[in-house]
Amino acid sequence: MRNRPNYLAGFAALVWLAVIGVPLYALLNTAAQPQTSYTDGGPLGLPSSLTFDNVLTVVRSGFLGYLWNTILVAAATVAIVLALCVPISYAVVRGRGWINRGVFRLFLLGLAIPSQAVIIPLFLIVNKLGLYDTLWGVILPTAAFSMPVSVLVISGGMREISGDLYEAMALDGAAPRRVLRELVVPLSRSGIATAGVFAALQAWNGFLFPLIMTQSEGTKLATLGLYNFVSEYGANVPALLAAVLMSAIPILAVYLFARRSLVNGLMGVGGK
Amino acid sequence: MASLTGVRVERPASAVRRAAPSGGRPGVAWAVPGLLFFAVFALVPMAGVVYLSLSHWDGLSSPQFIGLRNWTRFFGDGQVVQATVITGVLMLGNIAVQAPISILLGVWSAGYQRNRAVLSAVFFLPLLLSTAATAVMWRQLLDPNFGLPAKISWLFGGNANVLGSQEGSIAALVAVTSWQFIPFHTLLYQGAARTIPKSLYEAAEIDGAGRVRAFFSITLPQLRNTMVTSTTFMVVGGLTAFDIVLLLTNGGPGTDTTTLPFQMYQTAFMTYDFGYASAIATFLLLLATGASLLLVKLTGYQRMTGTLEGM
Repeated sequence: MRNRPNYLAGFAALVWLAVIGVPLYALLNTAAQPQTSYTDGGPLGLPSSLTFDNVLTVVRSGFLGYLWNTILVAAATVAIVLALCVPISYAVVRGRGWINRGVFRLFLLGLAIPSQAVIIPLFLIVNKLGLYDTLWGVILPTAAFSMPVSVLVISGGMREISGDLYEAMALDGAAPRRVLRELVVPLSRSGIATAGVFAALQAWNGFLFPLIMTQSEGTKLATLGLYNFVSEYGANVPALLAAVLMSAIPILAVYLFARRSLVNGLMGVGGK
Repeated sequence: MASLTGVRVERPASAVRRAAPSGGRPGVAWAVPGLLFFAVFALVPMAGVVYLSLSHWDGLSSPQFIGLRNWTRFFGDGQVVQATVITGVLMLGNIAVQAPISILLGVWSAGYQRNRAVLSAVFFLPLLLSTAATAVMWRQLLDPNFGLPAKISWLFGGNANVLGSQEGSIAALVAVTSWQFIPFHTLLYQGAARTIPKSLYEAAEIDGAGRVRAFFSITLPQLRNTMVTSTTFMVVGGLTAFDIVLLLTNGGPGTDTTTLPFQMYQTAFMTYDFGYASAIATFLLLLATGASLLLVKLTGYQRMTGTLEGM
């Protein structure tokens, strides 16, 4: 029975392919044609001529700088999240007593804090720390708000490690630091990778923190750059969509070269 | 809030070390740097927003305590009621559209057939775009004169100006959010469906159960935990929908798609009434906490910590 092809599902999948594919085709198509042919043919028509001018317009506006800022923010966010959440998860999973459960509950509670709800006091704090209009003003809050999910995912992975392995290391007289380095981190790599992917995507997707915490050209991130383009190039739709396309290139590169880790990482967010 | 966690952390740290003579177990000190960091950027602001909701603050001078004045205004504010209803409608719409499609797609793509693998790789693509990019793209694609509605009007019921009406704007917000996030939820279900033991299906086959029967009697019950996780992401994401609203409809037409976070943003950063905006934010915080407590109850994360004792 299981080998009988499921035609109904196959048909539904093709419908979904159109739902995903048609807008993406319109995006590519529009970004690659001059404005005059876009207004004539619309987003779905075959382009009468192809051009790189839209990409050049976007490059000249400084968009590559915004992309670079986004990459910096994502990298720093991942580094901070992992540096803080791996030890926390280790303490939560292997430490004893109510205090460790308390820490875990605290981060469970943290899951419920939407960044939107606390943006006003955060704005005040970032100002007081002198971080307004710096990339750190975006990185630090983004990292903090990625921590609850990361702690859940990483500690979930660490719980899978069998107690016998810990006992073997304890018999060797290994200190917590060595246990973490030689046992816990290697065996919970997939959980750590998931947390890293999740934090990177949070930073990548981040819109509210850059919107509130930065204002100048030098600290602009790609998402905010797109937002500003809407008012700048509102009429030049092909250039706008070229910018949309370019904003996806770095992560598309990750997808092409490390699809498995990206996909498995995201899948891991759902747990077992 | 910060001092509370501080006390919690320091005192029992030594107690834990004393209780664990075997060595090799990490003390609470391991969690302290992360806790402090989290406290400064998440817990202190949480207390801060409650305090600011009791103040008048224009963003420049220092906040002035004014008691419950923001809250009396809050409970008489028709715009808040409207924003709450719209936030709820968007959230329910998103769940109603995304959950069934992503369950079906996820189960389908869990099969190891070659064509399914290829199509799944395409289905993943919207996830590569940020919310901002997705919204900017769709705003152009929904343009009444040059976008998709002008070319394939039968799909839009003949009404090309989708974003010109409240129903159209809400439908567009749900559709675009679903377009972007169904791939993510599909992945969750795909991963979960692959962990369902094959023997269950073999047993069902022997019992003569068909494909549909197996789906409802085996697949769906086995996906229960993933459903809770996925739905929670949708609920919290729905409560906090902000960037998609700002970029796709800008809360309009008029205030027809103004959600709670969007109203909060406008009150704070457009009209500089940070005190009143904090009252809205506090309300949002309460809603989100309620939703999350429900999640904890349903998923039994608490029980997972309980198993620690046995280790």
